[in-house]
Amino acid sequence: MTRIHVTVDGVAYSDEVEPRTLLVHYLRQSLGKTGTVVGCDTSNCGACTVHLDGVSVKSCNVLAVQADGHEVTTIEGLAEDGQLHPVQQAFHECHALQCGYCTPGMIMQACDVLKDNPDPTEAEIREGLEGNLCRCTGYHNIVKAVQQAAGQMRSASSGSGETADATEAAEVSA
Amino acid sequence: MIPASFDYVAPTTVDEALAALAEHGDDAKVLAGGQSLLPILRMRLNAPGVVVDLGRIPDLQGVCDDGDHIVIGAMTTYAAVLADDLVSTHASLLSKAVATVADPQIRHRGTLGGALVHADPAGDVGAPVLALGAELVVAGPGGQTRTVTADDFFEDLFTTAVGEGELLTQIRIPKHTGWGAHYEKFVRVSHQWSIVAVAATVRSEGGTIAEARVGLTNMGSTPLRAVSVENALVGQPATDEAIRAAVASVADGTNPPSDLNGDSDYRRHLATVLTRRAVLAAAGA
Amino acid sequence: MTITEDAPTAGPEIGKARRRKEDQRLITGRTRWTDNITLPGMLHLAMVRSPFAHATITAIATDEAKASPGVIAVLTGRDLADGQGVVANAWPITTDQVTPTHLPVAVDRVACAGEIVAIVAARSAAEARDAAELVDVDYDELPAVLDLKEAVKDEVLAHPDLGTNTSAVWTLDSAAQGSGTDVEDEIAKAREDGIVLEREFRQQRLIPAFMEPRSTVCDPTGEQMTVWTSTQVPHILRFLVAATTGMPESKIRIIAPDVGGGFGGKLQTTPEEFATIAVARRLGKPCKYTETRSESLLSGHHGRDQWQKLTLSARKDGTVTGLKVELLADLGAYVGVVGGGVPVLGAWMFNSIYKFAAYHFTVRTLLTNKTWVDAYRGAGRPEATFAVERMMDELAAELGRDPLEVREQNWIRHEEFPFTTVAGMTYDSGNYEAATARAKELFGYDALRAEQQRRREAHDPVQLGIGVSTFTEMCGLAPSRILGALNYGAGGWESASIRMLATGKVEVLTGTSPHGQGHETAWSQIVADRLGVPFEDVEVLHGDSQISSKGMDTYGSRSLVVGAEAVVRAADRVIDKARPIAAHLLEASVDDIEFTAGRFGVKGTDKGITMAEVALATWTGHNLPDGVEPSIDADATFDPDNFSFPHGTHLCAVEVDTETGKTTMRSYVCVDDVGTIINPLIVEGQVHGGVVQGIAQALWEGAEFDEQGTLVTGSFVDYTLPTSADTISLVTDHTVSPSTYTALGTKGVGEAGAIASTPAVVNAIVDAVRHLGVSDITMPCTPERVWKAIQVGSAGATEGERGAAAHFDDGAPNQDSPQPSDTTEGGAQ
Repeated sequence: MTRIHVTVDGVAYSDEVEPRTLLVHYLRQSLGKTGTVVGCDTSNCGACTVHLDGVSVKSCNVLAVQADGHEVTTIEGLAEDGQLHPVQQAFHECHALQCGYCTPGMIMQACDVLKDNPDPTEAEIREGLEGNLCRCTGYHNIVKAVQQAAGQMRSASSGSGETADATEAAEVSA
Repeated sequence: MIPASFDYVAPTTVDEALAALAEHGDDAKVLAGGQSLLPILRMRLNAPGVVVDLGRIPDLQGVCDDGDHIVIGAMTTYAAVLADDLVSTHASLLSKAVATVADPQIRHRGTLGGALVHADPAGDVGAPVLALGAELVVAGPGGQTRTVTADDFFEDLFTTAVGEGELLTQIRIPKHTGWGAHYEKFVRVSHQWSIVAVAATVRSEGGTIAEARVGLTNMGSTPLRAVSVENALVGQPATDEAIRAAVASVADGTNPPSDLNGDSDYRRHLATVLTRRAVLAAAGA
Repeated sequence: MTITEDAPTAGPEIGKARRRKEDQRLITGRTRWTDNITLPGMLHLAMVRSPFAHATITAIATDEAKASPGVIAVLTGRDLADGQGVVANAWPITTDQVTPTHLPVAVDRVACAGEIVAIVAARSAAEARDAAELVDVDYDELPAVLDLKEAVKDEVLAHPDLGTNTSAVWTLDSAAQGSGTDVEDEIAKAREDGIVLEREFRQQRLIPAFMEPRSTVCDPTGEQMTVWTSTQVPHILRFLVAATTGMPESKIRIIAPDVGGGFGGKLQTTPEEFATIAVARRLGKPCKYTETRSESLLSGHHGRDQWQKLTLSARKDGTVTGLKVELLADLGAYVGVVGGGVPVLGAWMFNSIYKFAAYHFTVRTLLTNKTWVDAYRGAGRPEATFAVERMMDELAAELGRDPLEVREQNWIRHEEFPFTTVAGMTYDSGNYEAATARAKELFGYDALRAEQQRRREAHDPVQLGIGVSTFTEMCGLAPSRILGALNYGAGGWESASIRMLATGKVEVLTGTSPHGQGHETAWSQIVADRLGVPFEDVEVLHGDSQISSKGMDTYGSRSLVVGAEAVVRAADRVIDKARPIAAHLLEASVDDIEFTAGRFGVKGTDKGITMAEVALATWTGHNLPDGVEPSIDADATFDPDNFSFPHGTHLCAVEVDTETGKTTMRSYVCVDDVGTIINPLIVEGQVHGGVVQGIAQALWEGAEFDEQGTLVTGSFVDYTLPTSADTISLVTDHTVSPSTYTALGTKGVGEAGAIASTPAVVNAIVDAVRHLGVSDITMPCTPERVWKAIQVGSAGATEGERGAAAHFDDGAPNQDSPQPSDTTEGGAQ
């Protein structure tokens, strides 16, 4: 067993773990952070995506011991001050989830895409999410949600107060 | 998808890491970025007794300028390589290839050195490193280092010149400042391994190719360099017709794999098409 | 941390793009997946699975595993033989169907790779896995039959004791049942003076690949057994556990908590569920089993897998006359819960929207030593739609005419509904002309055809193809009397209950079991309108046999067209029960009471009382009419009279790089008619997801086995699901022809996209390169296959053979089976 010190969603934890423990299993089993889920064994699906020191990683592809001394943010720590993150809100408004299993990882990766590129094109969004599989939505509404969240985050940060019309943005295309 | 049990060592210097490898011999496995190793451990395709994590050795990370070369620490992540101006200025072929590796999350963790030593022939960094004529610095027991040329580095499927008890520490790339570059990757779905890919970088003088370097991904058990094509390209105008002729033999003598994505013949055909496209793009045509 | 909602707009809820009630927990990570459940003292199970496709189990050594740290028990099939139950087939399609016994844990013999042979129970999942590696199983390998066409020969038997690989032969013939003329007559006539097209298509094997791996948690509490499981069919599971293990049904509680996708893949009652229940019973401890993705891809049932032989006859003017369909369908090693019924569900759909005079359908279902096959999104209808839509394109090519024009010449016109087809189904409503016209307009059909022509003339290395699919399907499984006639083991009704709470809130209990479809939202909209209560006041409860005790669950696009119809009827009964109470409270005659917008009013007065007030008065029971029970709660069970028949026109433009064979989708337009739309947002989402799954069959997915019977596409490295970067934004629209068979006018939408899109894509690819001598490409249309087809086609074209219609010779397919070969190992980089 190895002792690790990890800050997860703003809370400092200190635990003994087996070195073979994957970060995702530490989050789920030791900390009860079951919002982060496992979808594959080959690191293709991205369902387990979290932020490690602010950048997205697949938590099935990181050992808990590698996270020692680092900071982790999961889907459960994304909302601040009781307010959903704009990406979470946009996923709801644009119907960007159906079964919802890929959703935590998809939202965490979408946040990462927007952190690096606040005004992405559709192609940039699609490439930015290429490591996250979704079987329900065909990605159409996920891409729309990221576009909508980007617009809202840009207008919020520019302070213009102008927000995209959620209803219109979520309207079906024809 | 839980690995078999192992002990874990996280040295903070190269010497400590080498000592750990010396102590545990072939029972030890080196953990770089872990993006290939951890899936292998999870599927229990490998079960080392000790995992030596290089992630806490600062000396192995980062890119620096060393005169005619840029020097990339083996533990520099793909994301750091991509973001680095030295790399994009002096070895843009590597930047372009790294941009196609897997997906953003993997690029945040995966390392250039880890991928090179893993030596999957479908991996995307071997061909550009080979084409750029890189030198690879290997540290061995006792801390002495040796330099291996890229030509000698890749020995076979998943096998490199890095021996037991050794570590790859640096990738030294001769500056290709002002060279055009392109990495033409062919996949069925986006975040997968290359079916075939071609790394090409050229120096043009007034619309004519003055020098060219071409590397092939997944056309054999190791990355390959297409030296005869490089020679044939010299002096050619950057036109479709001229380059088509110059690269026509690129797949000669190669022995690419056959799998669900394509048989060997198809891969040989792809290599010729992709080489033409890569060279044309690298030449700015 | 709650969702911020826009202020609701006035007007009816039905038709409104309500954001889903389900989302809050899903976007914040507060979801309850089965694998999230941890019970005190819970043990974790790991399965030991056969690596062989066909073998006798000669010995299992468990001592080393039993001594491994944390291990509580290691159990073999023999240990569990009593009371482990049987994985049942509920639909023997013929009375003499050959059905091998499917034990959850194999005892003497395994018939496919991945079968469970032993189970380890340990204190942690890691310890269970460690010990599972130590179980030593001796096998004697037996010859395996892995190819469908080999299986027909009965030379190697998947189950030697059964004496044959043929499970059943099922036929539908229009002449025999009196719904049309004789197909052989029509074909003979066409051979004289018409057109006969003979084609053989391969429906490759697919894997449902839902995102949540299956998981089961069992808690044996005293005499009872509570089971949480990742299933589409909690009610069917409860029945089958009771029926095959001897446990009283009343002692079994099945809960489907949040379930992460299914697409048919979770309509199975699985060996893993039965095994987990058996171990939990044996040990008297809570047990959890969660599969890995590799286990899921290997051991969850697969879908499709047919060889389809089609003969189409037509007059020289393009009027179709006959269609003969001969299928070989791979069941895999066992007959699944629906199993052989899946291809039979396609029997009424090959004729599709076209007015064939004669029709014949035969399917031979076959056992092989591969993973078992059952329903995958569309289940029988995608296979049928693919075949007929490919044939209609082949006919258009033979005639040298536009494929849409040839279809229109042959389809049912909107004024002809209701229309009884040559297969014997009566279609309720539709307007193929309107959907097609709208799709062409959105697609820019004529401009794309012009661009296609330009590229052909310029010998552009990138050619453009336009693919068409004008599909219909049948939704709403199913009228119980039809299921009875087909020998199906259950009814097709659905159940609902409505509980009116004292505070005016409404609880709706539904027998459907959603796993992403948004029933909580859509059912709330329906009930809000019906009872005149706020959308927010409706709570939909499902997926727990102790709460919604009756149900037939969710599959076959049945939930809205059957399940919601039950909800409507329950709501109407609530109103009927409330009416005399309202009249009593208003001191009026029942005959004078009108119910509108949630209020019982007295005709000709402004007196009235709301539904919520009636609910409170009923709860107190202080002042009710004599003889009236103090409850306005109501139940309803709805059994449909018929299926419903959505339709649509899908158009797709694909660029084909003739130098590499790579295909790139340019645009995809679909105009669907799914009847009345309850929630356009949810309907669009269903279409998007279905379309992309269908595209994935055409381009990317295929389960491949090697010659030892090992699944070589056993991880997401090799079973290539599309990513966001491989797909495009879709253009969707609707026409609305309400169903005449349902109170709401809905038709079902869950499978439409997956049914329609596959042939549109393949038609587009073939259209792009038909002038190069290509008339078919095996799915998935990998770049290699496309490129090779062009090479062969171009060679053929120069020899002047192009366009010749192939004719069947016995045993000689006009298409080769895709050859599986080695794949590279390893994960991501």
